[in-house]
Amino acid sequence: MTGDRIFGAVMILLALGYILSASTIQVPLFPDPMGPKAFPYLIAGGVIVASLVMILRPDPEAEWPVMRTLAALVFAAVVMVAYAYAIKPLGFLVPTAIAAGILSYQLSPRPLAAALSGIGLSVGLFVLFRYALGLGLVPLPKGWLG
Amino acid sequence: MDLLSNLALGFSVALSPYTLMLSVIGCFLGTIIGALPGLGPSNGVAILIPITFTMGFDATQALVLLTSVYYGAMYGGRISSILLNIPGDEPALMTTLDGYPMAKQGKAGDALVISGVASFVGAFIATIFLMLLAPYIARLAYKFGPAEYFALYLLAFSTLGGIASNNQAKAAMASLIGLGIATIGQGASGTSRFTFGNLHLLDGIDFLVAIVGLFAISEVFVFIESHGKSSSIGVKLDKVTIPFRLLGQTFGTMIRGSLIGFVAGILPGAGASLGSFMAYMAEKSWVGSKGNFGKGDPRGVAAPEAGNNAAAGGALVPMLTLGVPGSGTTAVLLALLMTLNITPGPTLFTDRPEVVWGLIATLLIANFVLLAMNVPMVKVFVKILMVPPAILLPGVTMISFVGIYSLTGSYFDLLLMIGFGVLGWIFRKMDIPTVPVILGILLGSNMENALRRAMTLSDGDPSYLFSSPIAVVLWILAVVGFVAPIFMRRVIRKPQAITD
Repeated sequence: MTGDRIFGAVMILLALGYILSASTIQVPLFPDPMGPKAFPYLIAGGVIVASLVMILRPDPEAEWPVMRTLAALVFAAVVMVAYAYAIKPLGFLVPTAIAAGILSYQLSPRPLAAALSGIGLSVGLFVLFRYALGLGLVPLPKGWLG
Repeated sequence: MDLLSNLALGFSVALSPYTLMLSVIGCFLGTIIGALPGLGPSNGVAILIPITFTMGFDATQALVLLTSVYYGAMYGGRISSILLNIPGDEPALMTTLDGYPMAKQGKAGDALVISGVASFVGAFIATIFLMLLAPYIARLAYKFGPAEYFALYLLAFSTLGGIASNNQAKAAMASLIGLGIATIGQGASGTSRFTFGNLHLLDGIDFLVAIVGLFAISEVFVFIESHGKSSSIGVKLDKVTIPFRLLGQTFGTMIRGSLIGFVAGILPGAGASLGSFMAYMAEKSWVGSKGNFGKGDPRGVAAPEAGNNAAAGGALVPMLTLGVPGSGTTAVLLALLMTLNITPGPTLFTDRPEVVWGLIATLLIANFVLLAMNVPMVKVFVKILMVPPAILLPGVTMISFVGIYSLTGSYFDLLLMIGFGVLGWIFRKMDIPTVPVILGILLGSNMENALRRAMTLSDGDPSYLFSSPIAVVLWILAVVGFVAPIFMRRVIRKPQAITD
């Protein structure tokens, strides 16, 4: 219930920001009858109506996870973000093994099995992508092992 | 005899050794993707698209591979429904109702064979109908001007919303969010919108990034949240023999289920889940009190499997002829076509007959390949099914990352993909459907351009949108499709709602 209401309120704010941003779109010198602003305005109007319905007639509250699960989810997202930044400078093998290992540990908390799945996935996927599918992945950062 | 020469063209494409090999690989991958819980047809196809694209397949090859995966996933979903009581994908949900009880009674083999044959019958009938019907719809679609297309897009959103969620406001919200995302970047009018000076946003948001994030990455979050819960004890599978008598008894069921499923699949936005649901419910009321439904009636396995496979074929009809996908997975396939610079719609049939007919011929061949894989070789997939989620889900994540990274080479897109993953998780918690978001991103610029051309033709007169009979009919259907579920919730409930 509160979830729907918060979501609706956030969406109304976003829609207003979207309208504000749309109003500053530069119209070309010889615009067509509709112009570049009309469609965004229609969308924003629809979002506001749908948001109001969500605020006024919310569904029963969703089952949100407890704090510990939520922390695990945030951690998983942080690991993914770190992985996204690491894959270019550090090559494929090491970041993949670490990220896959951590995700595996989160799904089934057995350290040895998780470490093995991480390493196995990293090496297995590298072989698959590099040699079977021919994608140009860099295995290790430049300078390591020549 | 147009049909025969078209088919000959199709088979000449589909029977080339390389294409044939791609189809067999696709069928195999598809069955695995369908069978593994947590990997459905839409996210399975989604994570494969970037890889297909980087490997430089041409349009026909890419389409052959991924539609084989699509058909394969429809077959594979039943395996975990029957053995684990967990649907391998959403359309296979109805199969758990009688499939799992059959397996508990020691008839897992029978259930797998009957559902495999039912899948074949459903997919085969649907492919034949697709072949006969699609050219006519394509010809009809030539009469469509911008006003009709605008109404058609509206119809797709309204019917999809009616089925994808229990709350129309949320379904509409999802479509609008997708349409809003589609306006980001340099539009048709030559002006750049909502880029906030960010160079990454100038080209807009790549729909593949959104698809992989919303479908695959959000699935990983769902699994982390529910870890442990999904590991139920499977049923043992002994020898698989062919139960000829049962197959004979359920043949009528398969035909009925196929016809219902095909019609459900054609409806824009309805898709395979509705097909299997309707086929099961119709069969249950057809048989009446003589049935043993819910307690292991073989007809309760045959009907939904024929229904969902037929619906999968039916859903290709609006996607190919009108460019409006009939389900989540066909939306993903539409994304593939658009990435390959192919515009689905009536012109596809005249401009690129080798793509359309090659695809149809492939579907016919794939169906036989799948029957062979899913009946005599079903044990192979049962083994693969035992891959624990702790290996599968990190694997899916890494494949998603590599796919998007090798496609765009930018960490900005990876971050965007994670963002869409988080958003997808929140949406799924709140019962906001994610498929309309995808559809909005895919169709947004087409829809705006249709409106723009309509306004240019009529010099800004909105009544032009209702100026032809076809447009008026589409508007009425769109309104009815959006409003009717509010009143009919009790009759057409979302399939999930009836599991317990």
